[in-house]
Amino acid sequence: MSPLFGRRTASAERSRSGDNGAPPGAGNGRARIIPAGQPDRRAENWVVACLVIAAMFAAGFVVGYAMFSPLALPNEYLGATLGLCFIFIGIALTIVAKRLVVTEEIEHDYPTEHPEAQSEIAQMIHESGSRITRKKLLLGAAGLTGGTLGLAAIAPALSLGPFWNTTPLDRTPWYRGRRIVDVDGRPMLADEIFENTFYSGFPEGAPMDNIGSPIVIMRVNPAQLRLPAARRDWTPDGIIAYSKICTHAGCAIELYRKPTFPPVEPGPALVCPCHYSTFDVLTGGTVIFGPAGRPLPQLPLYIDASGYLRAGGNFSARVGPGWWNVREKPIYGTY
Amino acid sequence: MSITNGRRRDPIEDPVRFIDERTATSVLLRAVMRYVFPDHWSFLLGEVALYAFIVLIATGIYISLFYVPSTAQTIYHGPYKPLDGQTMSAAYRSVIYLSFQAKAGLLMRQTHHWAADVFIAAIVVHLMRVFFTGAFRKPRELTWTIGLLLLFTSFLEGYMGYSLVDDLLSGIGLQIGYGVGLSVPIIGGPLMLLIFGAPFPGRNLFFSRMYIAHVFLVPLLLATLIGVHLALVAARHHTQFKESERTTNKRIVGAPLFPAQAPRSLALMFFTVGVLFLLGGLVQINPVWQWGPFHEWASENGAQPDWYLGWLIGALRLMPSVDVTIGHFTLFPNPVWGGVFFPGIVLMVLVAFPWVEARLTGDHGVHNLAQRPREAPNRTAFGVAFLAWVFLIFVFGAADRVYVLVGLGYQTLLLIFHIAIWVVPIVLFFITRMICRNLLASDIAAAAREQAEHEAIEHARALAGARSRPG
Repeated sequence: MSPLFGRRTASAERSRSGDNGAPPGAGNGRARIIPAGQPDRRAENWVVACLVIAAMFAAGFVVGYAMFSPLALPNEYLGATLGLCFIFIGIALTIVAKRLVVTEEIEHDYPTEHPEAQSEIAQMIHESGSRITRKKLLLGAAGLTGGTLGLAAIAPALSLGPFWNTTPLDRTPWYRGRRIVDVDGRPMLADEIFENTFYSGFPEGAPMDNIGSPIVIMRVNPAQLRLPAARRDWTPDGIIAYSKICTHAGCAIELYRKPTFPPVEPGPALVCPCHYSTFDVLTGGTVIFGPAGRPLPQLPLYIDASGYLRAGGNFSARVGPGWWNVREKPIYGTY
Repeated sequence: MSITNGRRRDPIEDPVRFIDERTATSVLLRAVMRYVFPDHWSFLLGEVALYAFIVLIATGIYISLFYVPSTAQTIYHGPYKPLDGQTMSAAYRSVIYLSFQAKAGLLMRQTHHWAADVFIAAIVVHLMRVFFTGAFRKPRELTWTIGLLLLFTSFLEGYMGYSLVDDLLSGIGLQIGYGVGLSVPIIGGPLMLLIFGAPFPGRNLFFSRMYIAHVFLVPLLLATLIGVHLALVAARHHTQFKESERTTNKRIVGAPLFPAQAPRSLALMFFTVGVLFLLGGLVQINPVWQWGPFHEWASENGAQPDWYLGWLIGALRLMPSVDVTIGHFTLFPNPVWGGVFFPGIVLMVLVAFPWVEARLTGDHGVHNLAQRPREAPNRTAFGVAFLAWVFLIFVFGAADRVYVLVGLGYQTLLLIFHIAIWVVPIVLFFITRMICRNLLASDIAAAAREQAEHEAIEHARALAGARSRPG
């Protein structure tokens, strides 16, 4: 009698259907455990029918799979045949459950408490310490070993990547003189930047998939710019550039709100499609709506002798989503 | 029947004897066969989750044999023309191959994705059933806690699964996950550098790591948690509703596992598996060839995570612009509120609930009977309010879609939801509690009426009996 499943009392196997004194089961002359029920040949027929239909669907799956090439084989056909095969097996089993097995109602006790076993366990543990005189010292030593061994076990995880040194998060590929290229690698001419739209730019010769690489470039009316004094010469001809990576959670900014009726509508703004952080283009990327906590970093620009756009230096602040050091000074030490 | 060694040969008893002589399991098996299942449809929800998990393992093994966990760039040349000549990672390429060039590959992929959604949905509905019937009370608090760990682990597992494809839509989600990870106070930066190996998008190794976590480490954890969860349910036996005189806190009444319950549970398994394959074949999900390969410098409007992470995108959108700084150091970058603290609070409230409820009601007794929701008005009202709070935040996660449907601008919706997520739960709390109390009162009144009728009939019978006796 396993204590895990409750004690069987003498009345535990009482059932409400069937006849306990009926024909003995298993040919060994003992009383029945599971009461006999009435046969139901119609139900048996239905079960066979369902299983045959299920078999046909399974065969249909195999035949379809074998006969057609991958592109000619409709996914719907495979899903329908396999799915319906399982469904019909389920129907067959439901008929078995409702008509072909006897559904008894039996009772068991819920497991009871065993306070004796609980106290005996506690007692055994207490008594096992009869030979120990300085328990706290031993436990302290064990704790010391366990703690340091735990540290040793965790230490190799630090090889997975840089941990103590977060300067990789600070780096971007931009420096004064680096030329700006578009998504196909062509250098961008200042004359090809038009108002009321935005362009994605990348550092020439550097990986595009770096958080610090992508920028958005727009042309605005220089008279409307209200940038901090230090950034006066960052926008040649009203062409202005910001990091494309939102300072909230790191999505690429892909929406540009341009004013359709400038006198009454708000000014141009960059909007991130993920959580709708909105950055004001004319005031240096300040957050005017949405959850972002830091303004969008701005990239200084100049136009070189051949008319191409080049970076005038690194960004005004660290790019991307924030972390502990993101606002630390200096912004970009020696880069 | 022939008789050998003094025993009759029996085609069933012989193999049973063979196995028991070598494993000593007959006593256990005999008890297991008569394990009692109380009967209620809502007790099957956990089983549906279990069967969805089995489909996940089966289809997952299949698709893992085609997947390449590498972000090495390759150029696509294959039957899907819109992508022809495009540069993409080997991972994305392997999923496109599986979808178009491996027979039954798309079926397995879509069934796997549907099974993940159904798995988590079944857990959530099962959680609500357990909560509203008080089945988490002593002695089942540990089962409840393990169930919550299962739920949150499955969020992570699903997220990693669809992110492995390296398409643009899931890649945006991974980028956001990186941003949320960075926002973990103080250690976020080092932690993300450790996991990704470098600043986002990380080294090529990152996808290998996510792959091993998704196909081995986390499934191992899930399977272990499921095993412990089921063992605990079996050890304490299932709760039951008080449906007859014989069901009590000490006595469980229901159908035995064998032969009554087994075909029922198996039928449910086959129905679940069948529906999942029907969905995988007939209802398109996650058509990754339409999203295109991932590039960290591209995004798209209207992007949503899978449904079970909708509550997190809602929280990230709803939280106003607040960074907490100490001097030049940023203690709480903004994503930490919606991405870390909000799910943390939800998990803690749910885990603590059995203990807090026991404290507040002073009820530390063992409960094997499930309650009807109306029998615990405060708990039901709190559950409805908490659910409404999380649900409204979840709805806001799709606010840009709601705008397209309803025409209310995003800023208007933000204002409405900023108020609604607090006001609606509070109102619902009081309304729900009132409804529960009224239902209880009318139940008691109905029971009292029945009792009075019953006594009146007995009284009348007694009188009639006295009159009809001679003398």
